[in-house]
Amino acid sequence: MSALATVARPPAKERLGALRRRRILALGGLTAALAVGVVLSIAIGAKPVPPADIWQALTAPTGSEHDIVVRSLRIPRTALGILAGIALGVAGALMQGHTRNPLADPGLLGVTQGAGFAMVLSIMVFDMTSLHSYIWFGLAGALLASAGVFALGTIGGKATATPVTLALAGTAVSAFLYALTSALVLLNEQAMDVFRFWQSGSIAARGEEVAWQVLPFIAAGLLLALANAPGLNTLSLGEDVARSLGQNVTATRAVGLVATTLLTGAAVAACGAVAFVGLMVPHMVRPLAGPDNRWLLPYSGLLGAAMVLFADVIGRVVAMPGELEVGVVLALIGAPFFVALVRRRKPVRL
Amino acid sequence: MNAKTAARSVARPLRVSTMSWLLRPRALLVALTSAAALFLLMALNMRIGDIPMTLADVVAATFGDTQNTFIIMELRLPRALAGALIGAALALSGAITQAIARNPLASPDVLGVTQGASVTVVAAIVFSGTAYGGASGLLATLGIPVLGLLGGLAGAVIVYAFAWRRGLEGYRLVLVGIGIAAVFTNLKYWLLTVGDVHDSSRAMVWITGSLHARGWEHVVPVALALAVLLPAALLGTRSLGALRFGDDTVTGLGVRMNRARSAMLLIAVLLAAVATASAGPVAFVALAAPQIALRLAGTAQPPLVVSALVGAVLTAGADLVARTLFSPAELPVGVVTAVLGAPYLIYLLVRIRRERRT
Repeated sequence: MSALATVARPPAKERLGALRRRRILALGGLTAALAVGVVLSIAIGAKPVPPADIWQALTAPTGSEHDIVVRSLRIPRTALGILAGIALGVAGALMQGHTRNPLADPGLLGVTQGAGFAMVLSIMVFDMTSLHSYIWFGLAGALLASAGVFALGTIGGKATATPVTLALAGTAVSAFLYALTSALVLLNEQAMDVFRFWQSGSIAARGEEVAWQVLPFIAAGLLLALANAPGLNTLSLGEDVARSLGQNVTATRAVGLVATTLLTGAAVAACGAVAFVGLMVPHMVRPLAGPDNRWLLPYSGLLGAAMVLFADVIGRVVAMPGELEVGVVLALIGAPFFVALVRRRKPVRL
Repeated sequence: MNAKTAARSVARPLRVSTMSWLLRPRALLVALTSAAALFLLMALNMRIGDIPMTLADVVAATFGDTQNTFIIMELRLPRALAGALIGAALALSGAITQAIARNPLASPDVLGVTQGASVTVVAAIVFSGTAYGGASGLLATLGIPVLGLLGGLAGAVIVYAFAWRRGLEGYRLVLVGIGIAAVFTNLKYWLLTVGDVHDSSRAMVWITGSLHARGWEHVVPVALALAVLLPAALLGTRSLGALRFGDDTVTGLGVRMNRARSAMLLIAVLLAAVATASAGPVAFVALAAPQIALRLAGTAQPPLVVSALVGAVLTAGADLVARTLFSPAELPVGVVTAVLGAPYLIYLLVRIRRERRT
């Protein structure tokens, strides 16, 4: 920071006022975006339903065809989109904060392949066919893989992993699990058929049960994440400073790790490979919310939910009457963002 | 000086009139041992099949004319050769990539080659599958290897274009490659859902990497590529050696940095693309072989020829495991290399972090 820039900055009080105004404006904007996303997600689909019928389905259902479309297809889908989006957005912000790494993304870290492997295994061993019976296994697999990658990123070194190390640890674990998964699905065509639709990353046709199943995990993860925010703020000053301020660094890290794995594990087990939300969202929110994690985490959640819903609606519109999975749409939007981030001369420092 | 560094420092200059080379006895020994191991593994591999043979049968059929000559010369020898050559090409490509990226964990996977090829081939298999009315025009004439080659090269061009910014930097190349690979991967997942499940399974075998039913038509392209590109890579050894230092040092040593990097990168991409086109993306050979070669030969950076030999040994060995483990059923060779290679990558990661801390 040059001397000139320091002189030119307005007094601290004024800056805080401006930040507060920006935060409140942004909160309004994000809530509005999410609301628009919800409305679009319920209103748009392969079957055109007039607005009056949608209103009727929501307030006084009579069991008509339109009511069934809205209540049993679009509402569960929207609910799952909101849950997954919040979970991935918050988890992304949390992971970037803990690794102090602007490129950390839960989707790059083996969670998806962990869930996939566990689910395929459960389909084959227990001969399961419906999604909500094997989602538990997906959840367990995601949690294990994520914990493994995180441990690898920190083992034998300081708690901060470099972007390359973290990404490559994720690649290694993912490749290992994916090889096992592909060996399994090559032996069993039924498992292949379930697996290919799960892995493409979709919030469609999951049914109400799935949203209810992952809700407790996401709720617990969110509570832990919010409780973790003040500690994470202190940790961002560096571990030594945090320790000298009387913080239990190990406990803070552990809570953050548990929250991240709960959130991403639940989202991925339910939706498959929905990458890049957790990577993009915190970067888009940071200019609005500032570096304070108590603001950053909730804002990331809101934007994550809005983004998943919008991507899902785009996927429904561009390929009418079929649809493009939300995972594909998000990757097509997210990867250019990731590449632009890497190409910036000075990477964001956390 | 401990024993390890002493062994590393042994390199004798070999002079013939005005020319001189560095002769490394240890690297030479490793190369000869690897070549012997490769020969043995290939011979063992050729014994296995519907008609089991003894080693003597194999040798007799290869060099003479017995009832088994057709099986050996037309079925088993091309497969064994394809495995060895593909392994060598991938390992060589990996050795070059790791030197350019200055990172022992880089591999041609981050150059966009493997995922580009995977997306193209999955698209070809799915859209020519039963759900879309069989193979038509372009696909029928080109065939899967050519499409895989084109897709791999296209993927590499995309990654290269995005990673270039007033020069080529190893770090940026790796991260851009990971980002682009993620898009290709999601597209691949989507393509797997649009076709018939049987076609998806077929595509899955290809994207895992398989040597099943590989014939002379798969051997010849890889052999030609190696024949041209291995000498080209050896010519570039000097600039490759310089590239592992910092940018300023490289320029100070008189190497045109971006030109040298781009030329070596092109060789790595071509090798990986040709190998992938023949057998699909066989995982981890390109990553592990150069690192194993480096440790065996005790050199400062992956030695090219030794890497290629180690890669061939690894692939031939993995294919032997893949064929015998669940015999008579056969695993794709890529499953074996990934299951063996990933723990090795993890070990490398842990080791590097430990070294950095001390």
